[in-house]
Amino acid sequence: MIRLVAAQRLLVPAAMMCLAAASAVMAQTIDGRRSGFDFMSRDSQQLQRDDTANPGMLAVLDGEGLWNAKAGRANRSCADCHQDASTSMKGVAARYPAFSAALNRPIDLQGRINACRETQQQATPLPWESKELLALSAYVGNQSRGMPIAPPDDARLAPFRQRGEALYTRRVGQLNFSCANCHDDNAGGKLASAVIPQAHPTGYPIYRLEWQGIGSLQRRLRGCFIGVRAEPYAYGAQEYVELELFLMSRAKGMTIETPAVRP
Amino acid sequence: MARVLINVPPKAKRGEVIEIKTLISHPMETGYRPKGDGTFFPRDIIQTFVCTLDGEEIFRADLHPAIAANPFIAFTTVARESGLLVFSWTDDRGEVQTEQAKLVVE
Repeated sequence: MIRLVAAQRLLVPAAMMCLAAASAVMAQTIDGRRSGFDFMSRDSQQLQRDDTANPGMLAVLDGEGLWNAKAGRANRSCADCHQDASTSMKGVAARYPAFSAALNRPIDLQGRINACRETQQQATPLPWESKELLALSAYVGNQSRGMPIAPPDDARLAPFRQRGEALYTRRVGQLNFSCANCHDDNAGGKLASAVIPQAHPTGYPIYRLEWQGIGSLQRRLRGCFIGVRAEPYAYGAQEYVELELFLMSRAKGMTIETPAVRP
Repeated sequence: MARVLINVPPKAKRGEVIEIKTLISHPMETGYRPKGDGTFFPRDIIQTFVCTLDGEEIFRADLHPAIAANPFIAFTTVARESGLLVFSWTDDRGEVQTEQAKLVVE
């Protein structure tokens, strides 16, 4: 009886510690997959957690403005069709890239935003990596924050996802490295002083401290291609969408953090 | 106009030390970044940040080219009286961004 009481007394703080740990590592899964968030310093984690300190929120605010601004010859805003983004865009970023029947290929969230601009707003598409496109995708992505990544169960995506996986494991560049060489075989290790994360795209677009600004997954992937001294694909290339398809299926169930902060 | 995020505690007890956090979007162009044609992108940084409470200065900071884009400034003060906090950032082009927040002391 005494033992049982003692055990119960132990259980309470243990449960509280579990709760504290659960809130501390927002994106950790039980299967050993870890978000880049978990590899960051405590200061950077704090920066991401606090919405009034997270510089990515500046882009989200810009995106909110653009969402409600009329554009193009149709003189329509995103909100005119999609109304309140907090309901209509909830969970959207968690299931992209998705198959576009009109284009007969998968498109990422940025591609979707630009497709909408062209067909619905009759406006010129926003340039890749422009402040506006990043702001809009940060705003749309932010609506899914806290939700699990849920790639669509669409058979048409399968061949593209396989191509993405093939690219992930293919050695490229003068250094002759594949993505998997670092992010699977040596994840958690160090590349110079930087920790190699597991390459889960949980928080894009991210505010990267090194960039001193917000950037897309494509920019991040280009950085890796340049890092292994390979010729990066141009912005908007289909290969990036295929890689993202594979990475998102690899990160299935992990929590969306947009806008994430990374070192 | 630049985007600004300000975090002031919703309520403070008299005599309590409170932390005020501010974040402003600004390129903080150092003036040392080459354009590729031998010239440099002209310097454009926030020079000064000032916070006043009912007109009385409670915090001031001078900023320099080594400070990253979108400067985040956090500082502490002792909450004595309720009042209006006015924050202002002045940059190289002479542009002044001013924001306000209420400080409630009980």
